[in-house]
Amino acid sequence: MDSQNIMFIVLAVVITLSSVLTVVTRSIMRAATYLFFTLLGTAGLYFLMGYTFLGAVQVMVYAGGIIVLYVFAILLTRGTKDSLSENTKSKIILSAVLSLVGFGLAAYLIFIQQFKAEVLAAPNESVLTMQQIGTNMLSTDQGGYLLPFEAVSVLLLACIVAGLMIARKR
Amino acid sequence: MIQIEYFLIVAAVMMFAGIFGFLTRRSTLAILLSIELMLNATDINFAVFNRLMYPAGHEGYFFSLFSIAISAAESAIAIAIMINIYRQMKDISIDKLQKLKW
Amino acid sequence: MDYQYTLLILLLPFLSFLVLGLFGKWMSHKVAGIIGTVSIGVVACLAFYTAYAYFGAGRDADGTFATELPYNFTWLPFYIGNLHFDMGIMLDPITVMMLIVITTVSLMVHIYSFGYMHGERGFQRYYAFLSLFTMSMLGLVVATNIFQMYMFWELVGVCSYLLIGFYYTTAPAVSASKKAFIVTRFADLGFLVGILIYGFYTGTFSFDFTVSGSVREFAGASFILPTALFLMFIGGAGKSAMFPLHIWLPDAMEGPTPVSALIHAATMVVAGVFQVARLFPLWITYAPETLHVVAWIGAFTAFYAAAVACAQSDIKRVLAFSTISQIAFMMVALGVCIPGEHAIIDNHGSLGYMASMYHLFTHAMFKATLFLCAGCIIHAVHSNEMSMMGGMRKYMPVTNITFLIATLAISGIPPFSGFFSKDEILAASFQYSPLMGWVMTGIAAMTAFYMFRVYYGIFWGTENKEYHEEIKAHGHLGEAPLVMTLPLILLTIITIFVGWTLPGTFGSYVSATGQAYVIHLDPKIAITSVVIAVASILLATWIYARSSQPVAERMKAAFPRLHEWAYRRFYIDEIYQFITHRIIFAYISRPLAWFDRHIVDGALNGLASGANGIGERIRPLQSGRVQQYAYVFFLGAVVLFFIMII
Repeated sequence: MDSQNIMFIVLAVVITLSSVLTVVTRSIMRAATYLFFTLLGTAGLYFLMGYTFLGAVQVMVYAGGIIVLYVFAILLTRGTKDSLSENTKSKIILSAVLSLVGFGLAAYLIFIQQFKAEVLAAPNESVLTMQQIGTNMLSTDQGGYLLPFEAVSVLLLACIVAGLMIARKR
Repeated sequence: MIQIEYFLIVAAVMMFAGIFGFLTRRSTLAILLSIELMLNATDINFAVFNRLMYPAGHEGYFFSLFSIAISAAESAIAIAIMINIYRQMKDISIDKLQKLKW
Repeated sequence: MDYQYTLLILLLPFLSFLVLGLFGKWMSHKVAGIIGTVSIGVVACLAFYTAYAYFGAGRDADGTFATELPYNFTWLPFYIGNLHFDMGIMLDPITVMMLIVITTVSLMVHIYSFGYMHGERGFQRYYAFLSLFTMSMLGLVVATNIFQMYMFWELVGVCSYLLIGFYYTTAPAVSASKKAFIVTRFADLGFLVGILIYGFYTGTFSFDFTVSGSVREFAGASFILPTALFLMFIGGAGKSAMFPLHIWLPDAMEGPTPVSALIHAATMVVAGVFQVARLFPLWITYAPETLHVVAWIGAFTAFYAAAVACAQSDIKRVLAFSTISQIAFMMVALGVCIPGEHAIIDNHGSLGYMASMYHLFTHAMFKATLFLCAGCIIHAVHSNEMSMMGGMRKYMPVTNITFLIATLAISGIPPFSGFFSKDEILAASFQYSPLMGWVMTGIAAMTAFYMFRVYYGIFWGTENKEYHEEIKAHGHLGEAPLVMTLPLILLTIITIFVGWTLPGTFGSYVSATGQAYVIHLDPKIAITSVVIAVASILLATWIYARSSQPVAERMKAAFPRLHEWAYRRFYIDEIYQFITHRIIFAYISRPLAWFDRHIVDGALNGLASGANGIGERIRPLQSGRVQQYAYVFFLGAVVLFFIMII
């Protein structure tokens, strides 16, 4: 049992617990907090795989940006009183059954599928360097992502404009 | 010895927790949180498949990256809409937002 | 020689219709009337110029006037076979003659209407409809093919409907307009079916029968062509008020009197005669026996209408029945034509063709005069009933003289135009069979009798002094203004001179073969008809001219049933009423209506309510609740997932 395995178990437990808690907790503020933990755990998984840049982006954009945005929105809309108990029992049970059956099927599929995959080796800093990422992002060669990059930048611009348009006071 | 299945199970838990939340939550903001959970689960899968099955390629990696960017955009717009709705109707419960229903 | 300007003859009245119809609301009566009248005036000038140019251009080598086609383009081609609908303008002798008739009468009516319709509500609308009618009628006569003719034929029917129903606030006018439209439309069904049969078998709609192969020989031609022609004749019989489709014309007198003069005396009602004349080469070549059937229908109609006219008291009704009778004369004239050697038309056998067209021409003039005179009288006494008139000669000298001359013309007294044309018809009838000749001579005598009856009833006879005093007390009883009498005088001049100053000339322009035909009066027939006509006039004078009429009263008392029957038009309208209401409506329409309402509608309603019910059932599925949709979506995804694993 090396440190990598320990790290993975800790992360898996954190992610599993907090994702379930995100959807069952009564207070929406707590839900946001549990989601924050889930996202951080996901970032930890990325680090574990050696995808340090992806992990950093996850922490910055998701955990740092989006969650803060949600917290503000929750506070602005007094939406803190959301609770599961106001739903009908049958709805919760049906949804739970559906989710559990879906999860069971997915798990079954995962385990019967003989993945020809490697096991995760020791953390390796040189999986994908910053330089490689930059080059790939801005190249048009094979494995280059200039077009989606530009498309995302346009999308973000549109997003800024739309966010302003929708949310501004009239 | 961390196998790919372990990662996938963690992602599946996250995914179905998101689905459950989507189906049961009443506040639209909580529903958005569930959507974030589902998106995150898929991101993990992209990265894991890339890392453990095709370490030479970078497609899953970049897919995750773009997915994060797009979900950030989506959240921003969705929250803007929610705030606007709240201004108009003082309530963002999903079962109250039925004004445009037939 | 090109006749490009003839397009203006159609376009100007149409333009005038558009202007008056669209912008008439904002015009004063005077401006609207002047626009309409001036455009018709220009068209009349163009028509006269066309006639001058056409007949002045000289004859071809075979002695006929060339048929001119200034415009002809394919409007609707069928890509199967050679069949196509054309639109265009065709000029041949009868077209040119009709152009003159229509534009002359139309111009006179336009001028006359200034006085007659003075101050009426809808004055602009009236002129707009007159323009539209003139355009349609001109389009009908210049048609290059049967289909174009049919289109304009329907258009004149619409105009007739609109103008009969001009006083649409009065119930009789509304029902008369509907009656006219429905009866003629019903007859036009025959026309349409005839056209389709003809087009289907011959592969052409064109009036150009001379081109070799335009009417190709085909199996069964000896049966199909007469059938098609007779069906077309049914349409013509509807428009030209042949028995038993005549019932709409007397009621059409509910329209303004100038309209009756233009549409229901001079132009539209002769469309049926014109149609038969237009298709004359086909009739005479392929269906001479059927043509004689037409002649007998015409003869019966002429007799029937003359008999009814003898008993009517409404002066416009008398004129209407006289119109029916005279149009029937034209039909008879066409019908008695017999093919020459080898089924080829010759001017001798087809004398009736010329006679018919000649009578059409003269009749249009003198009948328009009669109607316009009647309009003047009605304008003065505000009634159509003869009992309200009598002794009008004192008050309306000009109307008296013009009415008398027109009456003499229709009675066939020389030297007025009616004598010449009627004499040709009688000659043609005698040539066909002596029986037909004597029948027609008898009807001509009846014509003289009833026309003088109505003349004496209006201008002489018993004066309704009380009523006339009442009118005088409220205003004025006297001659109509100049704008109304001027057209009367002009038309009367035409009536006087068109016969004897141009003897033989009409035949040299219009004849069956197109070659010049010199009209020569048969002295035997001429003298007989004149003597009989004079005798009838004297009889009418003896009975009706005096201020008390003991003979008429005694005759009425002696034959009460005959008088009643004739007055009621031999109950033809009642028979129609009985057939349509008691038989067709009760035993055919009502079960059909029941079937329609309960079975057809029921099935559709059942479908609709079924769909509605199903919709109500499945509507909750479209709940608008996002989570429910999502649940179904995920459920579907899981099920698919499950299926794929298995």
